This record gives sequence, C-alpha cells and structure tokens, in this order.
Amino acid sequence: MSTLLEVSGVTVSFDGFRAINNLSFQIGRAELRAVIGPNGAGKTTFMDIVTGKTRPDDGHILWGDKSISLVGMSEAKIVQAGIGRKFQKPTVFEDQSVQENLLMALRKNRSPLSVLFYRPNAADLARVAELAAEIGLDDALLRLSGELSHGQKQWLEIGMLLAQDPRLLLVDEPAAGMTPAEREKTTTILKEAAKTRAVVVVEHDMEFVRRLNCKVTVLHEGAVLAEGSLDHVTKNQDVIDVYLGR
Amino acid sequence: MNRSFIARNPSVLVFLSLLALFTLTVSVLAEGFGVGLISTSFVKTLGKTLCLCLIAVAMDLIWGYTGILSLGHFAFFGLGGYMIGMWLMYERTRQIVVTSLADGVLPPTPEEVEAAIGNQIFGVVGSSDFPLIWAFADSLTLQLALVVIVPGVLALVFGWLAFRSRVTGVYLSILTQAMTLGLSLYLFQNASGLRGNNGLSGLQNLPGITAPQSAVSLWFFWASALALGLGYLLVAWVVSGKFGSVIRGIRDNEARVRFLGYSVESYKLAVFTLTACISGIAGALYYPQAGIINPAEVAPIASIYLAVWVAIGGRGRLYGAVIGTAFVSLVSSWFTGGQAPDINLGFYTVKWVDWWLILLGLSFVLVTLYAPRGMSGLIDALPRRKGEDA
Amino acid sequence: MVIAPSPFDLPESPSLMKTLLLAALAALLLTNAAPAQTTPVQDILQSQSDLIMKSSRRTIGPAIDAIADSGLPQMQSVLEAWRAKDMWQRKSDGLFFAASKNDDGTLKLRSFEDNAVVGDVARNTLIQLKPNSGIRAMIATALVQFQLSDPDPTKRHAALDSISRDPDAALLAPLRASINGEDDAALLARKTRLNNLMTMTYDPDEASRVAAINAMAGDLGLDFRGTLNPLLITKMTVAKTGTTPDANVAAQLTPGTDALSRSAAYAILVDAGLAPPLVTQDARDDALRANIVAGYVADTPVAQLSTEAKRDAAYDALAAQSLAAPRVTDTDITVRLSEHQFFEVYAEPSPAVTTAAKAALAKSESRVAASQMVDLGLDALSLASIYFLAAIGLAITFGVMGVINMAHGEFIMLGAYTGYVVQLFVPNHTLSIIIAVPMAFAVTFAAGVALERLVIRWLYHRPLETLLATFGVSIALQQLAKNIFGTQARPLTSPTWLDGAWAINDVVSISYIRIAIFILALMFLGLFLFIMRRTRLGLETRAATQNPRMASSMGINTDRVNMLTFGLGSGIAGIAGVAIGLFAKVTSEMGGDYIVQSFMTVVVGGVGNIWGTLAGAAMIGGFQKGVEWLNPSNTLAAQTYMIVFIIIFIQFRPRGIIALKGRAAGD
Repeated sequence: MSTLLEVSGVTVSFDGFRAINNLSFQIGRAELRAVIGPNGAGKTTFMDIVTGKTRPDDGHILWGDKSISLVGMSEAKIVQAGIGRKFQKPTVFEDQSVQENLLMALRKNRSPLSVLFYRPNAADLARVAELAAEIGLDDALLRLSGELSHGQKQWLEIGMLLAQDPRLLLVDEPAAGMTPAEREKTTTILKEAAKTRAVVVVEHDMEFVRRLNCKVTVLHEGAVLAEGSLDHVTKNQDVIDVYLGR
Repeated sequence: MNRSFIARNPSVLVFLSLLALFTLTVSVLAEGFGVGLISTSFVKTLGKTLCLCLIAVAMDLIWGYTGILSLGHFAFFGLGGYMIGMWLMYERTRQIVVTSLADGVLPPTPEEVEAAIGNQIFGVVGSSDFPLIWAFADSLTLQLALVVIVPGVLALVFGWLAFRSRVTGVYLSILTQAMTLGLSLYLFQNASGLRGNNGLSGLQNLPGITAPQSAVSLWFFWASALALGLGYLLVAWVVSGKFGSVIRGIRDNEARVRFLGYSVESYKLAVFTLTACISGIAGALYYPQAGIINPAEVAPIASIYLAVWVAIGGRGRLYGAVIGTAFVSLVSSWFTGGQAPDINLGFYTVKWVDWWLILLGLSFVLVTLYAPRGMSGLIDALPRRKGEDA
Repeated sequence: MVIAPSPFDLPESPSLMKTLLLAALAALLLTNAAPAQTTPVQDILQSQSDLIMKSSRRTIGPAIDAIADSGLPQMQSVLEAWRAKDMWQRKSDGLFFAASKNDDGTLKLRSFEDNAVVGDVARNTLIQLKPNSGIRAMIATALVQFQLSDPDPTKRHAALDSISRDPDAALLAPLRASINGEDDAALLARKTRLNNLMTMTYDPDEASRVAAINAMAGDLGLDFRGTLNPLLITKMTVAKTGTTPDANVAAQLTPGTDALSRSAAYAILVDAGLAPPLVTQDARDDALRANIVAGYVADTPVAQLSTEAKRDAAYDALAAQSLAAPRVTDTDITVRLSEHQFFEVYAEPSPAVTTAAKAALAKSESRVAASQMVDLGLDALSLASIYFLAAIGLAITFGVMGVINMAHGEFIMLGAYTGYVVQLFVPNHTLSIIIAVPMAFAVTFAAGVALERLVIRWLYHRPLETLLATFGVSIALQQLAKNIFGTQARPLTSPTWLDGAWAINDVVSISYIRIAIFILALMFLGLFLFIMRRTRLGLETRAATQNPRMASSMGINTDRVNMLTFGLGSGIAGIAGVAIGLFAKVTSEMGGDYIVQSFMTVVVGGVGNIWGTLAGAAMIGGFQKGVEWLNPSNTLAAQTYMIVFIIIFIQFRPRGIIALKGRAAGD
C-alpha cells in the first residue's frame, strides 16, 4: 500500500513549549486510522500542522503521488490539494440552509470569479441530494442548519467534508456529545468513507475507537508512543503508564 | 439579470418599484417640472440621500454580508467626488478663462490658457502649476474612469496588504480608520495638489450647461436614482448565489470557509474593491449636488456615521441599509438644519441643533443593545417568507 | 555772579523769597570757593569747548576721545550727563555743569569734579547741550570702557550686552583693557568670549584672527556662528574666461549646474552689462501688440498668433525689420556664457581667515547636527510619552480586556475639562493640579464604570458592536461637552514651576512640562505593572480575561472585575487628559485627536502587553519626529507617512512588536 501522507521529523514549539516533538506519521491511500492520546498530547496541533494552520519549526510533510511538500502552502491550497478537516466543535454555517452548506463544500472551482457566476445545475443538486441522503439529512435540505440538532450538525459537517471529495479526511472527535444511535451511524459513515480514501480520526472515546476497528496511533507529548491494533497498543506498558498515570 | 434571480428575490423587485415610484413622484412635484411643491435645494438633498443610500448598500455588502466593519468607505466616496470634481472645476475654469482671454488683442496660446487656469484653481494654495495628478483633468472620459479606478486601486492595494497579513475584526476596522485618517491628512496639505483644505468648489455648475439649477438638480437626482437602482440590483445579485453563501460564511466563521478550500483573502479583497468602486461612483454623484468637496468630508468620522446608518437600518439586508441611511440622514438634516422646533422647558430651551447629536449617539447605543437587527428587524417581525435575504 | 530770577519765577510768598535768597547766597559763597580747587575735568572740557559746543558729528570725535582717554574717573559721569542731555554750559564763563531740573523750573547745578551742588540757577543763564543721536552713539561707545570696569556688575553685564548687540572695532581695545581687572568669574568668561568673537572680525592682525577662530572652532553658541557667517558672505563676480578676479575666491561655478543654472548665470551677465537682456514673453507680446498694423503683425494675421512658435516667428520678423530688439537665442546664451567665468568671492579679503572660518563653521555645524539629533531624540521621547500616556488607559481596556472603547478619547477630554473646572474654583495652579488629578480619575472612573455597566457588559462577545455603541457614546459626550463648555478652547494652566525649559546648550533644550509628562508616563507604567502583577485585582483581571468561565468557577466575580478594570483604564485616561490639557488646548474635540493614534500605539505594540504599548509609542513617536525632521514644515505629511508606515508595518508583524505566540494568541 503506497503512502498518501508522510510526516517526518516535525517539531513545533509555542514560547518554548514543544507541542510536537520530532513526530513522524504515515498513512496510505485508503486507510482508516485512529489517533488517540491524553490531553495535551498534540493531537489537534498535529492536525493544525497538516492543514497549514500552524507552520512547523522543522521537519517535512509530503503529500500525494508527486510527494509535494505541504509546508508553507496556504490552508485553502492544502484543502484544494485534497485534505479535508472536521473540527472538534461542529462548525456549519448556521444561518444558511443545509443545501447551501453542501453546495459551498462541493468540489468545484473555488476562485471568486467563477463562484460569482456559478449557478447550481441539475447534476450538482443531485449530488447534494445524494450526500444529504448519505448523512441522513435528505428531508432537511432546505432547513437552516442552525435549526439542526447537535448530531445532525456533526453529520452535516462530515457531509460537507465528503462533498469536497478529499483524499484524506481529518476528523476531530466526531462522536463527542452524540447519542449511542448517532455514534453508530457516525461509525458507519466513517468506515464507508475510508473505503475510497484515507481517514484519520482523533478520538478520546476508546469504545468508539474500538468500534472503528482500525490501526491506532498513540500520541504522547508530541511524539508517537505506539502504533498498531487497539488490542496491541492497549497492552503496551508505555501506553498504560500514560493513560493511568505513573 | 436572469429571471429566476428576480423571481427568487421578490424584495429586489419591490425595492426597485418603490424607487421608481419615488423618483417619479419627486420629479413631478419638483420645481424643475413647474409644480414646485419640492424646492430645488430639497431635490438636491433627496438626490444626495440617494447617493448615501448607494454607499450604504456597498457598506452593507462589506459589513453586513462579509463581516468586515470598514471605517474607510467614505474615503473611497470622497475620492470619487474628487475625481469628478477635478474635471468639473478644470473644465468650468477653462471656459471662463477662454472667454476672458478672448478679449485680449492677441489670441491666447494654449500655454497662456493653461497658466491662467492653473492660476485660477491653485491661486488659493499659492501655486499656479498643475500637479501631476491633474494630468487627465481635461478629459471627462478619463476622469469618469478614475472615479472607479482610483478608489478601486486604493482598496486593492490596502486590502491586499491588510487581508494578506490576516488582520481581522476590530483590528481591521482600526486599520481602515487609520487609512481614512491618513488620506484626509494628506488631502489637508496644500501640497496634495487638490487645493488643501479649500477643497474643490463650484461643482454644482456643469461646464457648458446653461440650464437652471432646478433642471440640473433633477438630472442628478435621476442619475442618483438610477445608480442606486443598478447598484442595489448588482449587490443583490452578488449576494444571492454561492458567492453570497461564501461571504456570509466568511462573516460567520472565516476559518471554516478557509478549510473548505476557499481563499478567504481573495474573496474579501474582491468585495472590498467592488464596494470601494461603488462608493466612488456614489461620491462622484453626490458632490456635484453638494457643490463642494473638502478633506473634512473624508475624515474618519464620516465613515463611522455610515456604519451607524447601516446598523440603524439593519445590516445583512440591503433594504435595511437603504432605509436606515435615508431615515437617519434626512432626520439629521432636518434637526441640524434648524427646521426642527425648539422645545421650551421653561428653565431651559432644547435647541435641536445642539442636542440632535446627543440624541443620535444615545439612540445608536440603544439600537446596538436592544435592536441589533435595526429597523429592518421590524419588517422581519412580519410573517417571514422563505428565501428572502436581499 | 548775580542771580536774576525771571519774572515768571517770582516767588509768591515773602518767606519763600527769603529762603531762596539765603540759598542763593550760599551758592554764591560755594562757587566763589570753587576756583581755588584744581579742576582737571573742567580743564579738559574747556580745552575741547569749541568742538563740544559745535556739536557736529563729523568733528566731535577728537573731543570725545580727549575726554575718554583722559584717564579721569569723573569722565564717566561727564559722558553720561552729556549723553542724557544733562550737561549745560554757563553762558557767563563757559564752564560745564551737570544740571537737574528743580520743581520750580530752576536748575540745580553740580560740579563734575566732585558732584558737589553748585547752586540753583535760572535756566536762561545756561545753554543745554543737545547731542544728536549720532553723537550720542559715539558717546555711548566711549562710555563702554568706563562701564566695563564699573564697580556695579549689572552695569558691566549691561555694557557687555550692548557690545554684543552692536559690536564695533572701536570697542575691542577697551574690552581687552577691562579683562585684566575683572574679578567676577562669569563676567570674565563673557569678556573673554566676547573678546575672541570680536577679534575674529575686528583685529587688524590676521594671525590673531585665525587663532581666535581656531580657538573656538566647534563651539555651539549662536553668537559664534553669527560671527562666522558674515565672514563667509560671498558675492558673485564675473571675469573674462582665462582671467581670475583679484579677490578672495571661494569657488568657481560652472553654468548649468545645480549651484548656478544657465539662466541665473546669464542674468548675472545681463546685470553686469556684459550681455543683452532676454526678451521675456511679456516683452515679446507687448512688442507684437504695439506693431499690429491693420490686423497684421509683420505679415502674420493677428488671429494666427495663437501658439508660442507663431508669436516667436512674428517677433523675429519684427526684429528683422529693426522694429524690436532681436531675441537672445539659446546659442547666444551659450556663447556669452563660454566667454565668461563665474566666481563666488568672499567679502572678507583674507584667505587665511575665510579658510579657518569655514573649517570652524563646519566643525560647529557637525556638532550642531549631533546636538540636533539629541534634541530630536528628546522631542521624539516626549511625543512618545504623550502617545503612551494617551494609550495606557487603552492598553488596559483594549489590550487586556479586549474592549474597543471609541469613547476613550472623550474620557481624555473629560479629564481635561475636569482640570479646567477645578481651576475655576481653585486659582492656585499648583494646588489645582494636585486636586485635579484625583478628581479627573474619579470622574472618568465613574464614567467608565457607568459605560461598562450600561453598555459594554452586554456586548462582551460582539467586539464590532462594542465599537459602534461606544462610538455613539463618544459623539454624545462630545456634543454634551460642546453644549456645556462651548466650542472655543479652554485653558488649563500649568503651575509656574513647570514653565520654562531646561536648556542643555544653545541647541538642545526641553521644556519642563515635557519632562513632567515623561515622568508621569513612567509613573503610569510602574502603576500599571504594579496593579497587573502585584495586586489581587490584576490577578483577577488576567484570569477573567483569559478564561472567564474558569475564573468565575474559581470564585472570581468576573462582573465586578470587569467593571473595576474598565473603570481603572478609563480613570487613567482621565489623568492623561489633565496632563495633555496642560500643553494642548482643551476642546470638545481633543479626544478625537488622540483616539486613532492611541489605538495604533496599542495595535503596533502588540495587544495585551504593556511593554508592547511602550514600544509602539516609542516607535510611532520616533518615526513621526523623524519624518518631521526630514520635512520640518509639514506635520500633516509626517502623520500621513506615519499611517502608511503603520499599515506596512502591520504586514510584517501583524500581532505587533511584542506578540503573544501560539495558542495564547487565540485565533
């Protein structure tokens, strides 16, 4: 399995505090990966670095078939290269309808001029409807997304990510605040997505991770502590120390 | 514009119809048409108000829709006025000069004409040479182009610098305010080439036109109404589609839009520049009706008032911006013009000239606190229709 | 000697008559005794009597010299009396006396020898000497040597003042003579300095002049530079090519360079009568107008003369018919210029002196430039203090709390007006300022708390709306102040001990009020650091702004903390208002002058960091003064450039000079 994203030797510090310390990470083209770790392990900062929000002090981030370096690219360019990100807090555009949210996310030319003259055609609307069905919002297409429930907003956000048709999906705590039924559905959506693309899920909830049934990377103090199946890493003494405290 | 756009945005049609009706009514009642119920000076006031409504629409696009509280759009407005003012003043002075030189024994040379115009225009700042920026002042076409180009280029350069370095929120507001202050300080200098604090004057006189002001005022009134109508239509169209979705997204959550792959900076820059151009046009129509433009017009306070009008009207709705601006600026000129009756309390007489600003300031605080949606929020309180956002 | 009172002087009562007679008798006795004494003063005066009485400026010189050079100490009072028109000659014997008028119109005569009263006499027995202004000036010059050694130091200072005001070659010798006997150190220094300065110009010996110039080279005094500059005055002269003028040449100038344009060079030739004048456009047009014959000028129809080229051609045609002077063409000018050389020539004939003066002046000027840099630095420092003072309140409300308060400028105004009102009731300026500072704090603190309670606390998460709401407050407050205090500026007078300036040398000086503001700014910095770092309020403020929910869950009353912090920031603005009001005018619009700059200071410095505000103020103040120095006539331009600079600066450091990094910055 060839590599889609390769992070090697990345270091970031804020005012002397090393949030990420010589981190290396790889993921393949169609793979589901869970990233776990205690608070402050650097999970969110890791995502910030990949998506260009934070610039690393040191190290390489190589992307795709041509192994382009992502360091120094703007956020928008990185997204256009095929990396989608879902934030911890569901952030959808609340005063716009579900349809508008999804149309905005649809993989299209994003330059201001072409957006200005863009009017959705039948194919686009069909694709939006299809996505809405996928995330269970097909009967809420014209509702304002601010009126949706918390779980629905999370799905809408995932739907927007899928609409972008990214090759790598970074998902930050998708299950937070969801009912068990909603979690079930989220798991299905993520697993489905990972069939055609790479998905990285950052999660606290071990039960949810277990349900994803995938390879797990444990972060601690900004570096990879262990990697492997969930059963494998939970048996690792370092991991136990970190989670249970020394 | 395509049919479906109007169909999807019925409020645009309502607005345009009302504007047309208003224009027709004023025209029929104006002195210029002989009925004379509306004085020429009031026609000018109404025409100026329409121009202010146009810049308010632009302000609503940049602030209400894109979330950038620009405290600099009156600078663009003023620049538009200066650009057209340069031609008006040059051409009119030229005609006067040519007439007066024609009395001489020798026919005037081009150099003599130029020197005499320079003397007439720049005598007040102790100079007679034409500064470089007047290079195109003899061409109406070029100056009309500059009405759009100068504010547009300034907005493009300033916006590129500001957005590129991710200055947002109140910081950006302060930066735009600084830009306005810088421009007005520059214009205050005699060396600016735009007659320092004298500004440009006599702009109400169209060169070569002998028609009375009662007619000229109506022409400008019509032009202002047309510009407002077209501007409104353009902005309503811009905000109606996916572009509108994106800029409203930027207003609500800039980072999220960026992570959808949109280059937020380009969008902001595009909107900032577009609104600057609209402001320039509004200014170019306003100042010939006002008759004079000077650097005080560009002072930062004017741009803040603009924000006040839009906020009172209700931002995020184009008709809100228009209602707020028309209401506040007309009421304002009523109170400060001395028409409002003083209130005698026995021990103290409330003179509205003195107290209007206090009233305005406080009502502004109240609107911000208790009616963040402004006056158009009242319209929204009526039964809501879906899909109406312009 | 008979006293003959004129009929007008007749006394009115017999008793008075009697006293007068007695006095006359006494006077008679005294004057009779006088000739017995030696009378060296009178002798000299008598020897010059003719010249003195002739009183002509052209001939009086020797007489004054004889008096001044006699070496008699009494001559000072002779000259003073003469100059003051108090010297009279008695008709009967030609003797000179000092006389003063009595109330009854008679004159009281005093002898010049010992200042003894000679007697009261009627005016018509004497002739008053009325030297004209020219002679009085000569007398004054002669007097200087006496005054320079006068026992009264004030008179000696006055003499030096008069010499430096109006130096003259003749004064050099008496000045030098007085140096040796001088015992007052300050006066000695002044005399020595003045001697040096006068030597440069007036000493006949070239070597001494050069030595004097070299001795003072590099001096910063205006008097020194004022003495050197006239030595270096040049004028332009023209010489035929190949010759050099017989003079102290400063430089040769080539026409067509920056130092001497071609047209200026040609104008010199015209003035010197070495070239025909140019035909100006006006002269050409006058000639054309004068030669219109039946609608034609030299075969060209008048209607065609609408370009410069056509007019030139018509004029040339006139010139060809000898109806006008031919135009001087560019070639003519070139030829004439090549025939001549242009020199700048010193008025001062001695090259040694001009060379030394030039070198000394250059040395002085480079030191002046250095001092001006220091002065500029001090100016920038004081401007920075003002910006800092205006911004420090904002550093709290905006920098720490993140509240945009557009009414901050009006709080400054409120403080200044509080000071003004206090001065209305407390006339003593020192006391009134001492009262005004806490009063201003109290007033603006209250205003700040009210604003926070009524408006700002509802808008903590809507910064743009805070901006607009506080702007509403700002215009209301401004108009309110206008209604109460009127539109004209109100004075806020500083105590007299703050008047004046601390002059370090002739170039560098700083007014005490600016020093006071600098100290005040330092005090505020200390106060800010103390409150934020050492007090409970500071701790709670930082906690409440960094994480309000966490802070309130730890028992901090964030409402109260916000209120107090905002009040504190506003109160400091009020005190800044008093300070600013002391040197700027107090008007209802003064707040607006500071608000944008204050925000810039905080933003440029870096929000949330008082050192950043300090750095921002220093940078903006320094930059503005720097631009003003490059373009001193235009403070508006300085402000314009400053804003452009700030906008560009923000490009490179969007978070200010001292930026918070990482998550604390809070995207």
